[in-house]
Amino acid sequence: MTKRILKFNIYRYDPDVDRKPYMQDIEVEVDATDRKLLDALVKLKAKDDSIAFRRSCREGVCGSDGMNINGTNGLACLADLSTFPDGKTIVLRPLPGLPVIRDLIVDMTQFFKQYHSIKPYLINNDPLPERERLQSPEEREELNGLYECILCACCSTACPTFWWNPDKFVGPAGLLAAYRFIADTRDQATNERLDNLEDPYRLFRCHTIMNCVEVCPKGLNPTKAIGKIKDMMVRRII
Amino acid sequence: MVNRKLVGAHYGLMDWLVQRITGVVMAAYTVVVAFALYTGAGSSYERWHGFMSAAPMRFISFLCIVSLCWHAWIGVRDTWMDYVQPAGIKLTLHVLTLLSVIGCGGWAVQILWKL
Repeated sequence: MTKRILKFNIYRYDPDVDRKPYMQDIEVEVDATDRKLLDALVKLKAKDDSIAFRRSCREGVCGSDGMNINGTNGLACLADLSTFPDGKTIVLRPLPGLPVIRDLIVDMTQFFKQYHSIKPYLINNDPLPERERLQSPEEREELNGLYECILCACCSTACPTFWWNPDKFVGPAGLLAAYRFIADTRDQATNERLDNLEDPYRLFRCHTIMNCVEVCPKGLNPTKAIGKIKDMMVRRII
Repeated sequence: MVNRKLVGAHYGLMDWLVQRITGVVMAAYTVVVAFALYTGAGSSYERWHGFMSAAPMRFISFLCIVSLCWHAWIGVRDTWMDYVQPAGIKLTLHVLTLLSVIGCGGWAVQILWKL
């Protein structure tokens, strides 16, 4: 890929300066070594240092550069520049449904509050074993597709139910994490975890819209995990 | 009073399960009625009357009415839960929905019993 000009239309809002948000058109030249959208954003930042966005690992592990890219949530560090057609403006907005702190940076407090509400850690009251708590390969296999979540919030902020009830609905990321511990054979709080979710808002606001599955940058399936939680709840009462 | 967010009503599973079971009942009823129409049960008023007033049909029609009402109540209430935030307005809408569903259900049963 040779040098090319990328056109951006970026959501701008600095509460200290702006009365209301606005969209800014800006162009940046990228060269062959710039592979990802984040590379272009870094160049954009060098051109206009007032643009604010989060970034850290730049390789899809930390989950900090989640944003709305051309209407779809995703990670800037995983969005390949070659997938954006030449001459077409790239529209960047903050993740929807969360309060904007500045430009592309959102306040994730509500998101993490829901995540913490499911107690995202192993609960096991047995005495500590000499070395480690063992699992069979099959038991460990069940955790695949669950533990890989990087908490970027792309899924939860793509979920209409999370937009309407972010204070009550746990959201796809939190529910995926909840099932990660419900499915873990080393955990002893399965009943308490199911009790905690058996509520018309916390779990059952999920209407299987599956936006979460569509946008997950790690290819995970929160809808499937939510289905398995419901399945376990049903099996518990019959 | 501090307006704390309250969750933990513990009826989510029941309603979710009921919505699926009632959906299956209505789907099965639709298949039965569609098959009856296909085989000519609706070709004349007398045949249709005879078909609908038979004891098995009364039984499953009543089941279908109850299922429809229950399903509608949960579905409409879910919509209010999604989009209406003020507790007072939400409760009012819940009550109005419930009364409407009961009224429609009773009316349907009256029609069925007149057969």
